[in-house]
Formats: sequence, structure tokens, C-alpha cells
Amino acid sequence: MELTNSILLAVILINFFTLGSARLGACVRIVAVQGALLALLPIMVHGVTLHSTLLAAGAFCFKGVIIPWMLLRAIQRVRIRREMEPIVGFVPTLILGTLTTAGTFLFADFLPLISAHHEGLYVPTALATIFSGFLLLITRRKAITLVLGYLILENGIFIFGVLLSEALPLMVETGVLLDLLVGVFVMGIVMDQISREFSTLNTERLSALKE
Amino acid sequence: MLGSLVLHLVLLLVFAPLWLGIIIKAKALFGGRVGAPLLQPYYDLARLWRKGFVFSRTTTWVFLAGPVVGLLVPLLASLLIPFGGIDAPVSFEGDLILFVYLFALARFFTVASALDTGSSFEGMGAAREVTFSCLAEPTVLFALLVLARLADGLSLNQLFGDHLGQAWQGGAGASLGLILVCLFVVLLVENSRIPFDDPTTHLELTMVHEVMALDHSGPLLGMILYGAALKMMVMSALLVRLAVPWQTGWWLTDAGLFLAGLVGVSLLVGIIESTMARLRMPRIPQVLIGTSLLSIFALVLVLR
Repeated sequence: MELTNSILLAVILINFFTLGSARLGACVRIVAVQGALLALLPIMVHGVTLHSTLLAAGAFCFKGVIIPWMLLRAIQRVRIRREMEPIVGFVPTLILGTLTTAGTFLFADFLPLISAHHEGLYVPTALATIFSGFLLLITRRKAITLVLGYLILENGIFIFGVLLSEALPLMVETGVLLDLLVGVFVMGIVMDQISREFSTLNTERLSALKE
Repeated sequence: MLGSLVLHLVLLLVFAPLWLGIIIKAKALFGGRVGAPLLQPYYDLARLWRKGFVFSRTTTWVFLAGPVVGLLVPLLASLLIPFGGIDAPVSFEGDLILFVYLFALARFFTVASALDTGSSFEGMGAAREVTFSCLAEPTVLFALLVLARLADGLSLNQLFGDHLGQAWQGGAGASLGLILVCLFVVLLVENSRIPFDDPTTHLELTMVHEVMALDHSGPLLGMILYGAALKMMVMSALLVRLAVPWQTGWWLTDAGLFLAGLVGVSLLVGIIESTMARLRMPRIPQVLIGTSLLSIFALVLVLR
């Protein structure tokens, strides 16, 4: 119980780090760590069963290794290091992130949950992680950071899923992970296209595309 | 009461410069040098004390008040906090506010004495000092609020009481860990240590704290240096108590444990100084806002 709480706190701290940091490489690595930490959760909550082990292994491979590796390669290929000029600055996003996190902690107490989930950190952490992912998606311009926001969003959903993983069939989780992988693939192709057309990765150029 | 007062002051006055010596030694060892002797800060203070006073004709009594208040304030503040297991000699409800604003008072006088010289560099340093410390202040207050929530009391003696050991093991361990990190960052900022300010720099444009002491010399500079050492020891004392909340009940072993903890803090500062580069000036406010947010988050964790 103590260890799962530490893991969930680490997940929240990683959310803060990604919201406040401009260095893409560090962000990708730390999100990989977040995914790997989350992969431990199903085993710690439900014990070592075939189901939980498969869930953990799948999450670890996709979120901790494959997707971050692809993102790091993409960063190397298009040679960008930093998120320049986000739509909302780093400090305001960090403040927003903390406020939403504090808000989810207060909000989670009012949710009609079953008593086993009432006091724990799971529900607020899941909500906070989803909101951090949203914030990242809203406030950044670079395509790689948007993929990261999407990844964090999925991590938040995964935390929710862990609570239900007895009821959650393996197929559903596999489907989510595959979706994520395909999403990252598509994003990779899009990033390649953007950088080839405009020699930058700013997604705002896409909206200015006219005949 | 009188005994603990004397013990507090003797511990503070005798050992304060030693920690600077340990930091310098640690940095030298990391650089592969032998380094200055551990007692070098004491020799420096003695040397400065033997020199004469030099006053610029443009300065007034404000110039003199800065170092004097800077020396007296840590002494007063030290009486409010427990040194390890040794209880604070002076304690009353709400003294945590006095503790925080005593340092603000010292800062006001240091800044005033820097501005009194009329030097543009000192004005620049004063502006930076005030900016950074007003960003560090929320962190300290929120950290103290977390402790107040855990202690159900409002005096520093209760805040840093012996319940901390159980709090670490109980549900509040994460919050305590967060505010420990936050307070350590505040320690580095307020004492102008490396990721935020370089105490050995000799370039006025990049200095923060040191630039305000440029016109002080001789005994006045000695008072500033000694006051800075006292301030560092008082702030590290909070960290030590937070990180090592055990007490034995006998004052001698408690003092020994406390001093060992301070050696640990100084070594940690020395290691950080030798392994990290200075942050760019615009990054410092961002880091400080980050620590404020972390301490707010720690407060949310203990409040629910």
C-alpha cells in the first residue's frame, strides 16, 4: 500500500515536470519512466496472476520502451531539442497543472465511489494525470510534445483501468495500447511530413495551410 | 531556560563558520585539490576583524545598520527553533511568523545598506535579492503550514516536535519528503549557493547576494560573512530536525546528532555545488515558483 502510494506520487511529480520543462529529450525519458512505474501497478494491486502479469508486461513494453524509443529517434531525426514559445508559458501551465491536481484531490472526495477506492490516491491521481495530458495537448505547439500529452492522457486512463482490471478484459487494454501505438505511428509520419514541408515541427503551420 | 539559551547561542556562534569550511573542503576534494583548511572561515573572520573601518562619504548610518541587523537577526531567530533534539529556549504560539519575517527584516536592512552606497551594481543585486526571496517566501510559509497541520500547534517548538518520527512513517511521509526538498531549495536560494547564485563569483553582473556587500570592508564585511554563516546554520537546523527527527533525551548526544546532521547538510551542499552548473537568471524564478507549487501540493496532501 505504501509503495503504490509512492508510485502514484511519483506519477504526479512527473506530470509536473513535463508541464514545466522545455527539454523534449528529458520529457520523453521521464514519461517513459512514468509508463514503467505504472506498469508495476496491476501486479501490486491484484497480485501476480496471469492476467495482471500480461497487463504489466504489455504496458511496460509499449509505454516504457517502444513508444519512448520511437519518440527519441524522431527527435534525433528532426533535430529539435526544446519546446520554443508554447501557446501558454511554462510557469502558467505549471500553475494550472497544480491547481487542477489540487482540484482533483478535493473533487475525488465527493465522487460516489465504492468504499475501497474512497481514501486512496488512485482516483485523484488518474484524474490529475488525464488533466495534465489535456493541458499539454492544449498548450504546446510541437508535434512531439502533443504525442507526449496523448501518452500521459493514456497513462491516466490506465490508472483508472487498474482499479477495474478484474473486470477489464485483456482485449480492451490490448486494444487501447494498439490504438496508442498506431496513434504514435501516425503522429510520427505526420511529424516527418511537417518537418519536410516547413522545416519546423510547429503544428500551427498546419492550420494556415490553404490552396 | 538560561542553560538552554546559553547552549543554543554557544552551538550557533562557535560552529557556524565551520559548515562553510566543510563546503569549501568538499568542493576542493571534488576538484582534486587539497583545499583550504577546515578552519579557514574562522581565520578569515579574525583577519577581517583586525582591519579598520572605511566609509564612503556618501553613506549614512543605514550603511552601518545592514551588517549589524544581519548579524543580530539569525541570533534571535535561532532562539525560536529547536536544534535537533534540544528544545527552543523561547517559544510562543505563532512564532513561526516571527521567524519568517525576522529574516525579511534582515533582508530589508541589507538591501537598504546596499542602496545607501548609491552604486548601480549594488542596486541591481538588491533588486535580484528581493525578487528571489519574495518568490521563496511562499514556499517557506506553505511548508510551515504543512508542519502546523501535522503538529496541531503554531509554535516552531511544536512544529518540529518529536511527533515527526511517526509522521514520516504514517501517511504524511510523502508530504514531509516534498517539503524537505522545497526547504532545501530555499536554503540554497537564501544562502546564495550554487544553482542559484555563486558565492565565489567576482563578476558584478551575475552576482546576486555578494554584490550587495561590495562596499563593505574590514569588520563590517566580517559581520556580513559571519551573519551569513549564522543564517545558513539556522536554516540548515530546520532541515536537520525535519530529516533526523530522533532525540535521545540527553543534551550532549542530542547536540552530537544535530552537529552530525549539519555536517551531512554541508556535505550535500558541497556536492551539489561541485556537480551542478549555475542556473540561468530567468530560470531561477521558474524553479522557485515550482517549489512553491510543490509545497502547495504537499499541503493539499495533508489536508485531505
